[in-house]
Amino acid sequence: MEILAFQRVYTKIEQLTKATCTLRAQGVGYEELAMVHGRLAQVVKIMGDEVTLQVFSGTEGIPTNAEVVFYGKPPTLNVSDALAGRFFNAFGQPIDGGPEVQGEEREIGGPSVNPVRRKQPSELITTGIAGIDLNNTLVTGQKIPFFADPDQPYNQVMAMVALRAKADKIILGGMGLSNDDYLFYKHVFENAGALHRIVSFVNTTENPPVERLLVPDMALTAAEYFAVDKNEKVLVLLSDMTLYADALSIVSNRMDQIPSKDSMPGSLYSDLAKIYEKAVQFEAGGSITIIAVTTLSSGDITHAVPDNTGYITEGQLFLRRDTDIGKVIVDPFRSLSRLKQLVIGKKTRADHPQVMNAAIRLYADAANARTKLENGFDLTDYDERALRFAREYSDRLLAIDVNLHVEDMLDTAWELFGKYFSKAEVGIKQELVEKHWKEMPRKLPQLSL
Amino acid sequence: MNTTTTGHITGIIANLAIIKVQGPVAQNEVCYVQHEGAPLMAEVIKVRSGYAYAQVFESTRGLKTGTPVEFAGSMLEATLGPGILSRNYDGLMHDLNTMEGIFLKRSDYTHALDLERRWGFTPLAKPGTLVQAGDWLGEVRENAIPHRIMVPFSLSGTYTLRRVEPAGEYKVEDTIAVLTDAAGRQVEVSMKQKWPVKQAIRTYIEKPRPYKLLETGIRTIDTLNPIVEGGTGFIPGPFGSGKTVLQQAISRQADADVVVVAACGERANEVVELFSEFPQLEDPWHPGRKLMERTVIIANTSNMPVAAREASVYTAMTIAEYYRSMGLKVLLLADSTSRWAQALREMSNRMEELPGPDAFPMDLSAIISNFYSRAGIVKLRNGHSGSITFIGTVSPAGGNLKEPVTESTRKAARCFYALSQQRADSKRYPAIDPIDSYSKYLEYPELQATLAEAILPGWVDLVNRLKNILLRGKEAAEQINILGDDGVTVDYHLQFWRSEVVDAVILQQDAFDAVDARTPLARQKYMAELVWDICQMCFAFESFEEVAPYFKRIINQMKQMNYSVFESEAFTQFEAGLQDILAERKTN
Ligand SMILES: Nc1ncnc2c1ncn2[C@@H]1O[C@H](COP(=O)(O)OP(=O)(O)O)[C@@H](O)[C@H]1O
Ligand SMILES: [Mg+2]
Repeated sequence: MEILAFQRVYTKIEQLTKATCTLRAQGVGYEELAMVHGRLAQVVKIMGDEVTLQVFSGTEGIPTNAEVVFYGKPPTLNVSDALAGRFFNAFGQPIDGGPEVQGEEREIGGPSVNPVRRKQPSELITTGIAGIDLNNTLVTGQKIPFFADPDQPYNQVMAMVALRAKADKIILGGMGLSNDDYLFYKHVFENAGALHRIVSFVNTTENPPVERLLVPDMALTAAEYFAVDKNEKVLVLLSDMTLYADALSIVSNRMDQIPSKDSMPGSLYSDLAKIYEKAVQFEAGGSITIIAVTTLSSGDITHAVPDNTGYITEGQLFLRRDTDIGKVIVDPFRSLSRLKQLVIGKKTRADHPQVMNAAIRLYADAANARTKLENGFDLTDYDERALRFAREYSDRLLAIDVNLHVEDMLDTAWELFGKYFSKAEVGIKQELVEKHWKEMPRKLPQLSL
Repeated sequence: MNTTTTGHITGIIANLAIIKVQGPVAQNEVCYVQHEGAPLMAEVIKVRSGYAYAQVFESTRGLKTGTPVEFAGSMLEATLGPGILSRNYDGLMHDLNTMEGIFLKRSDYTHALDLERRWGFTPLAKPGTLVQAGDWLGEVRENAIPHRIMVPFSLSGTYTLRRVEPAGEYKVEDTIAVLTDAAGRQVEVSMKQKWPVKQAIRTYIEKPRPYKLLETGIRTIDTLNPIVEGGTGFIPGPFGSGKTVLQQAISRQADADVVVVAACGERANEVVELFSEFPQLEDPWHPGRKLMERTVIIANTSNMPVAAREASVYTAMTIAEYYRSMGLKVLLLADSTSRWAQALREMSNRMEELPGPDAFPMDLSAIISNFYSRAGIVKLRNGHSGSITFIGTVSPAGGNLKEPVTESTRKAARCFYALSQQRADSKRYPAIDPIDSYSKYLEYPELQATLAEAILPGWVDLVNRLKNILLRGKEAAEQINILGDDGVTVDYHLQFWRSEVVDAVILQQDAFDAVDARTPLARQKYMAELVWDICQMCFAFESFEEVAPYFKRIINQMKQMNYSVFESEAFTQFEAGLQDILAERKTN
């Protein structure tokens, strides 16, 4: 974005904070982009002729006589098929040594889809991971984050899901991504021969945090181009939305806004919703599916960021290490896919909903039995069986290293039901039991029922 | 108000615009910011020394100081008339379906009603009669609903009806009646009128206490904590606990003439579910009609302008009041009222007002209770009655019910349906906590009397006995947890498992199963009595280890009954099977 000759140059900044500067200027539009001392900035407040700019890379070293020039437009991205296979920074500038992308210039953070122009999502996404496909089935047009502590392998799981999801385009929005993780994504996509389907907008830990605020809108503007103009199935990966929210709080605190819970801005819900609600299924076949990660601090989902996220997204996938089997699992209790009922039992086998619920209920019984054990009480025969079931269920179905077809997941579940329980204990609709029940040899003597 | 007032922008912070005003301006007056030829709608929320603070109902991107503003001379209004039903509106009552393009464009303000459509009008009132605001002048069929054409609510005092048009086809803006006031001045009345959404429509003569059950087909509500025609209720719960699924089930199943759904700051896909399913689904109360025929949707989803979020619930309430004035039974649902409160908070923070608890505005509690008070059953001047039953969801931050929106709502609403994370985690849906939740209406003798008549004499006693079983079951579970399975007598296990029967058979209900999703009252009565019978039975057990497996069989059998069509062959067979199981150990 070159500066045009006729543009007015201001040189008198009146106020500086760590993330913002204020000056007097005329004819400036709200959310307009500016260059302050060679750094990109955006208008966040106008009061009379006093304009406050948020300087993305911070204000360190900016003098009061720095040059300020306004662009007369909000941040934009050039969109065309040439985006595919390219890597950009948060401003949409190439970081892969390639040329600038030619194409139609579009404002980022554009308007919302009219809800009546949306189509109800109904296309199953399979990942091979039973903790997802069996218990928390995903659908195109869905928005769902992984909730995970920072030490969980969420980037690996997201990359795996993205590659198995059969998307036409994968758009990576990296926010505060470590350089190693950025290279990890690059290598995985490269090894899978998928680079031509990838578009990346990356802010790494080496870049200033406030720049991150542009990443989701850049990624989603590219996504809308492919989903709307090209009717493609687009998968957007956003990692890590907690670091995005941290950047929001930095800016709002610098602007003296009254912080609400966990020092997050009061508008956090709306800010996050504007991003996540870009997920959509269009009538014409194009779709935007968003898979994000929200890192937690020691599993606390009541913190403002995961809490607001959970209220916005269509479920969450909770990653946790199961110490019994020594593997990372998708926790069936805290995880949820709100769109699963649109496909399970319809696009998958009819027994899917009941099998899923029954297995989770039995897994919950095992959790109760474990509490009993920990409190030093004797276990009943049922408790013992539930515990054994839980271990095998966790290992063969919940672990993230599972890669099965949905039918095989269901068959495995029936096998475990037959192995550990009676029909009444499983409590599934009779007609389904008659069709799928697998009589298995019991390890434990069965109680006479 | 003055229609010539103008102004210009002097400041912008997010969606708050500060306007230097030339001329008189009213609190809550609507104004239009003239951005590059496109008028962006806004509402004045504060006036101070020549400046109006307005919340803009659109993105403020690109707005500049000096941008001209025109004041409308009216407050935010709903447009009322035939043709509201089956429509999908945004929070300001613009028709979403007639907007152009895939994306919502700023200032694409479509009309709420179809101005070209002709409606078959039948006069109801005779010339010469004295009439007041809200009196019925005529009627059109809107879908299958008798839509009354009323004396405009904004007229005060008594008028004489001079002329009513004869039966025939009219457009909403055609004059269908002429009135004269005491001074002989003429007022022409059409089928369309406007009303400021933040004011209640009060054309009724009294608001009696609610006395009649509003059937929802949801057992844990109808049986244990019933909502009533003209009643208020709220559903707080952490995310994922089932607020929306429950509310949508109520919207499909409730025995109402008109259902107004306000999707307030929640997910767009959830509204899409209504758009796409309601035109197909049958109205369970009127075979042959589709659900969409009785439904109107006000959608301000979380990605739509925040300022219009507050407006959306008021618009919905005003539409509900309009239909109530026709003597109809209206159900109003809002998901989620917390988003509306948050929108108020965002705005109040931007105006740097002194914050109350959790930075919400100081008057939050008053705003909420004022809104809930607009619901209720009313008696009209012509002897008919109409009602608005209002149920809102609340989304407490961190799932903590001790936060301002939940606490304020608790003061305003009479039914409390607390969704429990624990029940949701163990897939015990709907996750309404049976012990914390309540319906104050159960204590109303008026309701007890109608329940006794409609269901069974002594029904409320039976309900309280079932609740007691649940309470004692919880106590037993606590004892067993502390002392261990064999640290208590077998009686404790029995006590616990009886409550599990009530839980599994009455409370738990599969919202996605074609049969189980909706349980008509007669069936609820049948199952409640059956469950109570079982709770009174004595069984022979040698040891506690026999109790759980035995009761699991009972529960499984009864669940199969719940999944079968009432009184079908399958149902009867499962019940016979149940009796066999009971006979195995029954001693009394
Ligand atoms: N009555 C029910 N029967 C079966 N599943 C339910 C029921 N209520 C909720 N659920 C499950 O819980 C999920 C979340 O419910 P939802 O109503 O969207 O939660 P909330 O609005 O409280 O965030 C649903 O997508 C569904 O999977
Ligand atoms: Mg909800």
